[in-house]
Amino acid sequence: MKSQQAWRRGKKMSLTRNEVERVSLLARLQLTEDDLETMTTQLNQIVGYVEQLAQLPTDNIQPMAHGVERFNVFANDERRPSLPCDEALTNAPRRDDDCYLVPAVLGD
Amino acid sequence: MMSDKPYKIVIGLETHVQLLTETKLFCRCQNRFGGPPNTQTCPVCIGLPGTLPVMNRKAFQLSLITAIALNCEVPKFTKWDRKSYYYPDLPKGYQISQYDLPMSQNGWLEISDPQGNFDSKRVGIIRAHLEEDAGKSMHDELAGKADSRIDLNRTGTPLLEIVSCPEMYSSLEAKTYLTELKLLLTYLEVSDCNMQEGSLRVDANINLHVDTPQGKVATPIVEVKNMNSFRAVERALDYEAQRQYSEWQEAGKKLGDVPKQTRGWDDGAQVTRAQRSKEESSDYRYFPDPDLVPVIVEPEEVEQVRQSLGELPAVLRKRLQTDYSIKPYDANVTVNQGPKFAEYFIRLAETSGDPQQASNWMQQEVLRTLNEESWAVDEFPVTPDELSQLLQAVQKGEIDRSRAREVFREMTMQGNSFQQAMQSLGIEQVDQSALLQLCEQLLTEFPQIVADVKAGKQQALGRIIGEAKRRNPNVNPGQFRQPCLDLIEQK
Ligand SMILES: [Zn+2]
Repeated sequence: MKSQQAWRRGKKMSLTRNEVERVSLLARLQLTEDDLETMTTQLNQIVGYVEQLAQLPTDNIQPMAHGVERFNVFANDERRPSLPCDEALTNAPRRDDDCYLVPAVLGD
Repeated sequence: MMSDKPYKIVIGLETHVQLLTETKLFCRCQNRFGGPPNTQTCPVCIGLPGTLPVMNRKAFQLSLITAIALNCEVPKFTKWDRKSYYYPDLPKGYQISQYDLPMSQNGWLEISDPQGNFDSKRVGIIRAHLEEDAGKSMHDELAGKADSRIDLNRTGTPLLEIVSCPEMYSSLEAKTYLTELKLLLTYLEVSDCNMQEGSLRVDANINLHVDTPQGKVATPIVEVKNMNSFRAVERALDYEAQRQYSEWQEAGKKLGDVPKQTRGWDDGAQVTRAQRSKEESSDYRYFPDPDLVPVIVEPEEVEQVRQSLGELPAVLRKRLQTDYSIKPYDANVTVNQGPKFAEYFIRLAETSGDPQQASNWMQQEVLRTLNEESWAVDEFPVTPDELSQLLQAVQKGEIDRSRAREVFREMTMQGNSFQQAMQSLGIEQVDQSALLQLCEQLLTEFPQIVADVKAGKQQALGRIIGEAKRRNPNVNPGQFRQPCLDLIEQK
């Protein structure tokens, strides 16, 4: 949110190493110190590139929620066949007769 | 009713309602509870790469109906967002939900208490939005298994999340809100609201406003989860209010001093317990889902839905009172039993021509039988038209109330029509001459009673009536009384 506002105001924004570390945690990526360094540099390059957009005048332009101008795409509520259980579980790293197996989930 | 406690309880409720669609929200797998694990999934709902979700028209329609019935504004423009978090029952790594532009907002639901424990009020609805459900993870802690098992049948089923304002000030108000919401959803036929099967789930946010010498102080908000019945909600909130007050007295923590806590209700122990908080869980990184296009709802469509809503509980309660002159309490009980029950009552009131009697029978005999037999109204074997014949017979004084109950039992238990039930119980109308003859005979046998009645002791008549009924069970005391008095008069 904060960075979006900064962006709108045309301020230069950059990602800190701490932010990249936090994002990697949220994405369940385990990065080494070196990785973090590289990622911070590369992500900042990407952000900087996209930031060029801030130069465009957008004062009277409504924000869009989607890249294409299409609305109200619906499907009818009609059943189609599902995958058989065995097929659904094909790619499971581990499974039993009818379920995916994952490391214990305790509590809620 | 203001509490005599030195604090006020403040409650907001978040209700998740599973919508009654044939298929899931974004794919065409069946939306049904209780299938064998992982037999209702497809590449879309298990989040395989390259798949494209498409919004279920019916799910959106049911959401719209509910939002409008909850007096919500329906903005013209709405969109769906990805709410990212990792959990084993969420295969995509995000839930498709709604963030800043929900499909409805700013509504209200009116609640009242027939016992007058609180004044009728409108509880504000902050928003109602449409989102997908996650799957189910099962862990057998007792067996000490190292793994959890994941069933994705429920993944992607449509949920309407209804968020109330923190405007309920007792557990009773919270329970009444839920009861009224459930009733509304039942009348709208948008959900079956089965709490056991998880098609209605409730989380509560609760804190206290404590009176102190320095003024009112708000305590930290706690979210309570795992309440599996309305009764559990009521108890959990009562427990939590007391717990928070004790904690306030011991630690004195105010709102904002500590992060929001989540606690789970343990129904066995009747306590709430702190749940482990997922540290980074509040950072969901919402952003618009590029797979789904926004939805535009024109005001005309909203108006159309509003017109087609049918008669909702609040309106029906009033109409039963005006059209059938039954008491507010009776109207309340009738409507709260659900649309089928109310429909039955209306038909019975119309055909019998005696709404008050119809209401009495519905609330006593019919309701008791439904409860005893665990029948839904649909399963009740007697049609309102058949029952109406019985009511009319009672009304005309052809049979008395206790006989009528026997006939009722015969009709419900044997599935007999009114006529059949009368026949099989050997009930016939006693004709007037037979009645007079019996009366004459009894008065001759009991001269003392004649004397007593003549002396002004009307209650002496009771013995004669009892005796008449013993000799002929078809005798109706109501019909017997007057001719008997007339005969005594002539003596
Ligand atoms: Zn599917």
